[in-house]
Order: sequence, then structure tokens, then C-alpha cells
Amino acid sequence: MMTMINASGLSSDARRERIALLGLTSPAVMVVMLVMVVPVGWLFYLSFIGSDGTVSMENYRRMLDSRSYTRIFVTTFQVSMLTTVLCILIGYPLAYFLSQLPARAANICMLAVLLPFWTSLLVRTYAWLVLLQRQGILNRWAIDIGLLDEPVQLVHNMTGTLIGMVHIMLPFLILPLYSSMKAISPDLMRASSNLGASPARAFWTIFFPLSLPGLFAGALIVFVLSLGFFVTPAVLGGGRVVMVSMQIASNIELFFNWGAASALGVVLLVLTLGILFVASRFLKLDTIVAKGH
Amino acid sequence: MHHSTALPISISAVTKAYGAVHALKGVSLDIQAGEFMTLLGPSGSGKTTLLMAIAGFTRPDSGSIRFGDQEAILSPPHKRGVGMVFQNYALFPHMNVARNVAYPLKLRKVAKAEVDAMVAEALETVQLAGYGDRAISQLSGGQKQRVALARAIVFKPRILLMDEPLSALDKKLREHMQIELRHLHEKLGMTTVYVTHDQREALTMADRIAVINHGSLQQVDTPRKIYESPANRFVADFIGESSILPVVRDGNTIRFDGNALKTVTAPPDGPLALMIRPERLAFVTDASRDEVNTFAGNVLELVYQGDSALCYIELSNGTTVALRANTHAGGPLDSIVEGASVTLGLHVADTVLIPAGRDA
Repeated sequence: MMTMINASGLSSDARRERIALLGLTSPAVMVVMLVMVVPVGWLFYLSFIGSDGTVSMENYRRMLDSRSYTRIFVTTFQVSMLTTVLCILIGYPLAYFLSQLPARAANICMLAVLLPFWTSLLVRTYAWLVLLQRQGILNRWAIDIGLLDEPVQLVHNMTGTLIGMVHIMLPFLILPLYSSMKAISPDLMRASSNLGASPARAFWTIFFPLSLPGLFAGALIVFVLSLGFFVTPAVLGGGRVVMVSMQIASNIELFFNWGAASALGVVLLVLTLGILFVASRFLKLDTIVAKGH
Repeated sequence: MHHSTALPISISAVTKAYGAVHALKGVSLDIQAGEFMTLLGPSGSGKTTLLMAIAGFTRPDSGSIRFGDQEAILSPPHKRGVGMVFQNYALFPHMNVARNVAYPLKLRKVAKAEVDAMVAEALETVQLAGYGDRAISQLSGGQKQRVALARAIVFKPRILLMDEPLSALDKKLREHMQIELRHLHEKLGMTTVYVTHDQREALTMADRIAVINHGSLQQVDTPRKIYESPANRFVADFIGESSILPVVRDGNTIRFDGNALKTVTAPPDGPLALMIRPERLAFVTDASRDEVNTFAGNVLELVYQGDSALCYIELSNGTTVALRANTHAGGPLDSIVEGASVTLGLHVADTVLIPAGRDA
């Protein structure tokens, strides 16, 4: 039999290392408990408290009964979906353009994409209000050059909300998309061309499929962030575009109904988690398909 | 797969400058149909630029590249119909092996049944029969290499380009693949242009080698001619090991350390230098044979390398020369030690005089 030299010393050393690592992670675990688990638990608890202070399903029943709540959820998904689609339509060509530029130029252009990212959300939203309103720059300019006879309604409606949200969400789509495009070796496009593919053919058969994981990731971030968006639809929607987050705010500010607000929050959270779960399954499936094909 | 119609490539006066850097300074090169031509040079010599110009990925500033009697320099890469193996393989990661190999066939609208047969045949040619369903990520480096090769030959191109295809493989596999590529070329017969910076690889594989440096061709010749009669000092230095020694010209007599050198052919014009390959030099005891030039010296250092030993010998005029000695029992290593006085013999046919200048 082999002699086990230092076996017990080595195993107790390994145990000490595990304990030390556990000790190092405990502050993070405590922070997560304090700022995540406790508030979310509190939210769940509140959502099951009725107006008379007893445990009830009242808040959830109201959501099912009232048609206005259904409309709010439909609007929320509609706005998020449209924002995502518009971001893809605008962001994909832009990210492609950036990915094909030489490094220096790409960095400068990327700065232009990121710059609005660093200015206050509220400032940007009000800036759109200034640009888009009836007496705003856009309308006046269009009338001046004879494009329009009278101003069109660009704000305080769905159009304004979408313009503002697309502008704010675009970087979230472009960043992951750009990095996945940068990872596509130019040699792959050369190989495709060498094997007989026209530039358009090479793009659709090689570049586009390889950029899809980045596109999915970006689109998912935009969609999920849009679901809970508040400031931009509140300012640019002019009360005509009511999303879940705005209903939550009015439940608290106008009706002091914490139970109803919490229930809305819970439903939004669960729906978002559900979408993330489905999407992650879908994405994982996608990578498996790509590997096992 | 028979390529009775392999195309010759005729390159003339191709120039390409990147700003102030002249990557190609008017390169002209004729590659015969079915020939295995290797472009050999150090990095930055212009060999890859030339290959990319043939493939159509680099647009030269001027010149002509003809495939057969067709001018190719103006056509886009996807219309040139040349196969190419890339340095990093450039396999499509979202397609399996069979779909990678079928890619050029689908672009050419080959019928489904025929595609399957051609893919199977190409995979068999590169000894990967049955690997069609594998994902690219499941392959080893050598297997990726073979898939890249199968994809480049499956559509039966009449010209095949290879850009340092073996540089990512380990030494054993690389040497094995060199022989295999050579056999494949004999079997398929397509005109092949192969870029490498590895002089041994070039010597092993090529019908002819085009040595390129600073954007100009230095010498275009068979491996043996390149090795044994380099056209200039750069070629002598870059290919194989060599000692380059100064000689004095005295009319048509060339003297080294005062003694006239015996050569097979009349020496070329201009200032010259003596090139000695280490393995062509030997220890001799009889210094009087006619077909041998002899030199006296002292052994400075002896480096044992297993299959051979490298001896550095200081000659009587103070220059140092390298000699590669056999290591078999009863060979020179039995008696040679550092510091020993020795006589070296160099056959007149191995006594090579080259222009003393650095470049062509």
C-alpha cells in the first residue's frame, strides 16, 4: 500500500481554505439579503394585504376584474416590444457599421453612442419634449421648409414615448451586439467570399447568424428594461400611454394603496422572470444547436 | 478528382504600397499549370500580400495577375474560383463539418445528391470520412486543418492557395501534414501557391521556391538549387545554416586566407563571399586531394545535439566556421575535442561563391 504522506495536514488545509472563502463571501451574502431578499419578501407580503388590513387576494382579484389593468399590461408589452423592434432596426446597422470601422474611428463613434448614456435620463427626456412639441423645433422646421401645413402631434402620445425610449435604450442593444460582431473574424467573411459568396450572400449566411447571440442578448436587455420604464413614458406619453410602473406610482401617490401597488410590482417581476427564463432556455438551446450541428 | 485543366498563373509587375511601405515592388512570377510553388520569406517580406493579391483580398496598385489567359486582377474574390486554406482555418463555427464543406457547392447550386457525394469524397480525400456530423468546436487542430483543406478542394478549383496552413500545428503533426499535402497535390494536380516562413517546410514541399524579401523576389528555383546555389547573401542566410566568409578576388582567382580556392565553375563577376553549409564540411586527414579545398583551424566549441554535433572552428585567419559532424560510433566525435587542431575539407562542388552584397 502507498504511504499517505501529509494527507491529514493537506486535507485540513483544504478545509481551512473553504472556511476562509466562505468568510470572505459573507458580507456580500448579507448585502444581497438586506437589499434583495428582504424588500422583495416585503413586497410579496404587502401584495397579499387587503384594504382592511387582513390577508386576502383582493389586490390580485382587482387586476383580473378590471379591464383597465389588462389594458395597462397590454400597453406595457406593446411599448416594450415596439421599442425592442425599433432598437433592432436602428441598432443593427449602426453596430455593423461600427464593427467594420478601423479601431480608432470605431472608438470615436462608440463615444458618440455612449455620450447620451452619461447624461441624465430626465434631461434627455425633457430635451425630446422641447424638440417634439407642437411649437417645437422639429414641427417649426418642417413647416418652414413647407413639409407640413400645420404641426403634427409628436409628443404626449405613443409616438413620443417610442422616440424617447428608443433613444434611451439604443446603447443597451448596441453594446452587446457590437462586441459579438467584433468577435466575428474577418477571415470568415474572406473565406466565404473565396468560396464563391457575393458580399450579400456572405453577410446573410455567415455574419448575420454569428451575430445573433449578441442581438438576442441586447434585445432581451432592452425589452426587460422597457417593461419597468417610468420617466420617459410618464413625460412623453402625456398620460395617454399608461405603463405598469406608472400605475404603481399613481396607486401610491394618489390612493396610498400599497397593497395594490405591491401586487402590480409582483406581477411585473414574475412576468419579467418568466421572460428571462424562457429566453435563457431559448439562448442555451441556440448555443447547443450551434455547437452540435 | 482530376484536374487535367490546372491553370498556370502569370504575375507581372505587381506593385502595392501601404503609405510609405512598399509591400510589393514590381513582382513578376510565372507559375506553371499543376506546379507546387512556395512563397518563402520572413514576416513582412510581402509573401502574404502577394498571396492575398492572387486571392483578390488585396488590391494591388498596378500589375497583372492572369489565370491561364484570363486577367484576374480586376475580378472580385468571389468570382476568381480559387480554393484557399487560411492560416487560422476560417471554418464557419455555426456549421458542422459537412455543411462547411458543402458551402461552396451550395453557392454553385449543385444538386443535393451530388453535394452529398462530393462532400463525402472530399472528406475521404483528407482522411476524415464519417466526420461530417461533427461540430467544428469538437475537432483538433489537425482535423480543422483537414476540413479547411476539404472545403478548399471540394469544388475542384484549378488553383489552390495556402497561407501558412500548418503554422498552428505541433512539429510532429506539421511534418506529417507536409508529406500528406505533397501527396494530395500529386493526386489532385491543381496549381498550388503555398506561403510559409519555414524554410524547411518550403524545401520539403515545393516544386519551386520563390524567395521574397522587402517586396522583391530574391530567387525562384528548385529547392536544391536554392539551397546549394543561393543567388545572394540573403537567400544563403535565410535558407538553412551557413557560414559566410570573406574572400579576396585576384582576377579570376579567388583566394581565402592567401590560398586559391578550387571551384567547379568560373566565379561570377563582382565582389564575392564564400558560403559553407555546416554539413558539407568535414574533418580530413589527407589534405592533398584534388577535389577538396582544405582549411586549417582550431575547435572553439562543440555542441552536442543528438542526431549531430555542431562544431565551431576558428580558421587560421581568425574567421569562424560551423561544421556539422555525425555522432555515430567511430565517427569524428571520438577524437575531436575542444581546442584540437584540425584540418577541414570542402568538396569543390560544395564550394559556393555568392555575391558579397546583402540583397538582390
